[in-house]
Amino acid sequence: MKRAISALLFFAALGLAWHLASTSGRWSAVLLPSPRDVFDYLVDAGRDGTLAEATLVTLKRLLVGYAIGIVIGIPLGLMTSTSQFFQDTIGALALGLQTLPSVCWIPLALLWFGQTENAMLFVVIMGTLGSVLIATDTGARSISPIYARVARTMGSEGLDKWMRVILPASLPFLVSGLKQGWAFAWRSLMAAEIYVTILTGFGLGHLLHYGRELSAMDQVIGIMLVIVAIGLVADKVLFSPWERFMHRRWGTGLK
Amino acid sequence: MEASRVSVSAPAKLSVENASKWFRSRRAHVHALDDVSLQVSEGEFVALVGPSGCGKSTLLDIMAGLVVPDTGTVLADDQAVRGPGRHRLVMFQESALFPWLDVAGNVMFGIKRIPGLSADDRERIVDEHLELVGLERFRHAYVHELSGGMKQRAALARSLAPDPRVLLMDEPFAALDALTAEQLYADVQRIWQTRRKTIIMVTHSAREAVTLADRVVLLSPSPGRIRDQFTISLPRPRDINSPELAAIAQQITAALRSYIPAGIPT
Repeated sequence: MKRAISALLFFAALGLAWHLASTSGRWSAVLLPSPRDVFDYLVDAGRDGTLAEATLVTLKRLLVGYAIGIVIGIPLGLMTSTSQFFQDTIGALALGLQTLPSVCWIPLALLWFGQTENAMLFVVIMGTLGSVLIATDTGARSISPIYARVARTMGSEGLDKWMRVILPASLPFLVSGLKQGWAFAWRSLMAAEIYVTILTGFGLGHLLHYGRELSAMDQVIGIMLVIVAIGLVADKVLFSPWERFMHRRWGTGLK
Repeated sequence: MEASRVSVSAPAKLSVENASKWFRSRRAHVHALDDVSLQVSEGEFVALVGPSGCGKSTLLDIMAGLVVPDTGTVLADDQAVRGPGRHRLVMFQESALFPWLDVAGNVMFGIKRIPGLSADDRERIVDEHLELVGLERFRHAYVHELSGGMKQRAALARSLAPDPRVLLMDEPFAALDALTAEQLYADVQRIWQTRRKTIIMVTHSAREAVTLADRVVLLSPSPGRIRDQFTISLPRPRDINSPELAAIAQQITAALRSYIPAGIPT
């Protein structure tokens, strides 16, 4: 309760400072709209459906790309963790590509796929894949070998061992890997939407982009707030349950 | 009671014949076990004692089927041991309980895949073993909520639940404080007497070995060899603090010391 109050006070003070700055007249209202203007924009955009539609378009791209990245990334990560050969080949490739900012995939995606949904997906997948792969690999390697020994003596081998021991044992690493993958997917998609203009769907990144083109600062800030809010909600919905589960069972993690 | 449990005449439950093991790495070539033979009979409690590096844990792993010896064979109930299996379960120094399962789930782990058991049977076996180690009130506790002693109790219940023919224990009490360990000695003796399990335990503590075992097998390092055996015929239950027990432990410690080359500080 005390924590909620201090958080509330902090953000109220931040909002007040913003309000005072915008009404002081030192900065042009074009560059620094008031909180009220941004709020009004969000209400309007919410009412005429722009916001909901853009959010839907963006989330669809994000979820599809993220899911594909996970489906490819986790098995590859398990492969690199169990085989030296895959580690030296696929693992090395993933590590190399991981140093490449995902926005760097956009020119390539545009030339390969044109201004299409596939270009968007490609960028998101490339952004997700590497971090999920590397996190899975690290996770599976960090499992205490004693768990595997116990499983073997208890007669648990092969698929049974993977399902009942290796997978749950690597859950903490897996979840942090998926979380990191989510953050990368989100970042790459926003970059892609800001840079790539396509006609098949108008996402949040595009709204941001056109806000700049039209010098509509209320729109720019409003959309930025929406993007932050979606990130926070996704974190709560997708990852908090897992983190609570692990906290309860492992006795580690968040407070 | 249990005055003379002579092991030689009874048929061997588990036998190791002329086992040798080398561990080779790029830098070192360690001769871990040299021509070790050991017979353990049904219902016997054997302790393997020796300083670190004497190969006692390797010997245990070989009996478990976790390590394959370079030469020699292991027979369990006259069948060659080719790999690990639920008839020879191992209890490790770290409890190695699974943190994603609660206590009951851990005890359930090994019996989940045993064919011919109904769900009710499994539940009953879990209840029985939780009661056996005195953890019935903690069946839904998670591993991180248990004390060190409770963890080892849970690990003991997990190892006993699948009703293995042989229980192998690798320094199971080494990480516990003295008082907790003493409680567990009492429990293990009680369980061993009621269950008549064949138990083989690795320890570096001569006193612990004399407290629990019928027979104490002494190993010496580099290469690991069996040097001597003591049959312990003290009445049970035994108290680790009794003077008779201390005297025997003293003899064993002196013997162990004599295997270590003079001049090398230990």
